[in-house]
Amino acid sequence: MSEEVSEPIEVLRLPVELEYQYTAGKSASRFLRGLQQGKLLGQRCPVDGRVYFPTRGCCPQHGVPMAEEGSIELPDVGTLVTYSIVRVPSANIPLELPYVTIQVLLDGADTVMMHVLGECELEDVHMGMRLEAKWKPEEEWETSVGNILYFVPLDEPDAPYESYKEHI
Amino acid sequence: MSSTDESSLTASHKLEYSYKRSLGPVLSRFFTGIRDRQLLGAKRADGTVMVPPKEYDPDTAAALDELVPVGPGGIVKSWAWVSEPRRQQPKDHPFAYALIQLDGADTPFLHVVDTNDEAAMKTGMRVTATWADEATGAITDITFVPEDAR
Ligand SMILES: [Zn+2]
Repeated sequence: MSEEVSEPIEVLRLPVELEYQYTAGKSASRFLRGLQQGKLLGQRCPVDGRVYFPTRGCCPQHGVPMAEEGSIELPDVGTLVTYSIVRVPSANIPLELPYVTIQVLLDGADTVMMHVLGECELEDVHMGMRLEAKWKPEEEWETSVGNILYFVPLDEPDAPYESYKEHI
Repeated sequence: MSSTDESSLTASHKLEYSYKRSLGPVLSRFFTGIRDRQLLGAKRADGTVMVPPKEYDPDTAAALDELVPVGPGGIVKSWAWVSEPRRQQPKDHPFAYALIQLDGADTPFLHVVDTNDEAAMKTGMRVTATWADEATGAITDITFVPEDAR
């Protein structure tokens, strides 16, 4: 040990991680392969007709299988249901701060998806605003939701509160 | 991969909960000691020494702040051989986890004994700490080896 005073160790970084192979299953694989072609696939419940997005193997409410025939393609436009402005950095999230995480209800869907908002001033973000997906260039599409870079505001009147209130 | 392929997609998935832990005054000195190649234990009112040090006496709840040098040698009190280490275990070859009571300490502490084979491991054997070339102040800076192997 040298004579000079050394800096004390005051903080430990503790990596806690789980690394595994994730198998998507038939239904999610269908959804992901749809994304590769620029399609947003949802799935209609055979009991009550609600549309789940993304596709699922069975209805979480009725417990019945949802067959491939029930797949429907949804548009890449929807309504902002809720949002959060993120000003604190996280490891592994490469987005520039601040950014806006959003829950989007795609037109025709009965469940929301999580994504981020782009090309919008923070003070303009609000519930009910109409949004459209901004996609990566087609040649970069993979079996990933990352094909959608972010959602951008549409120049449309806001959706009425009644149309999305059950998803908040 | 064709779009009509019905097989399931798979991908590697990593879920992390990395965080930073503030060490506080006692463990800060313990880890600073490791970086500076000195193992430390906490001395209790009855004179016994705990390694690793604790901030409070587990019997009396008295605050502990006297740290004393221990080791680097010690005795293996118990051990388990790891014949097929997993990816994040401390060695990429077979090794032993052992409870080691360092010289000057009254409690054993869990660490690694690196020997070439299981036959070299014995309860009661003497081991000594060796340091990585570049100590950073982490528990992984040290590895124990049989004292007679040095
Ligand atoms: Zn249903």
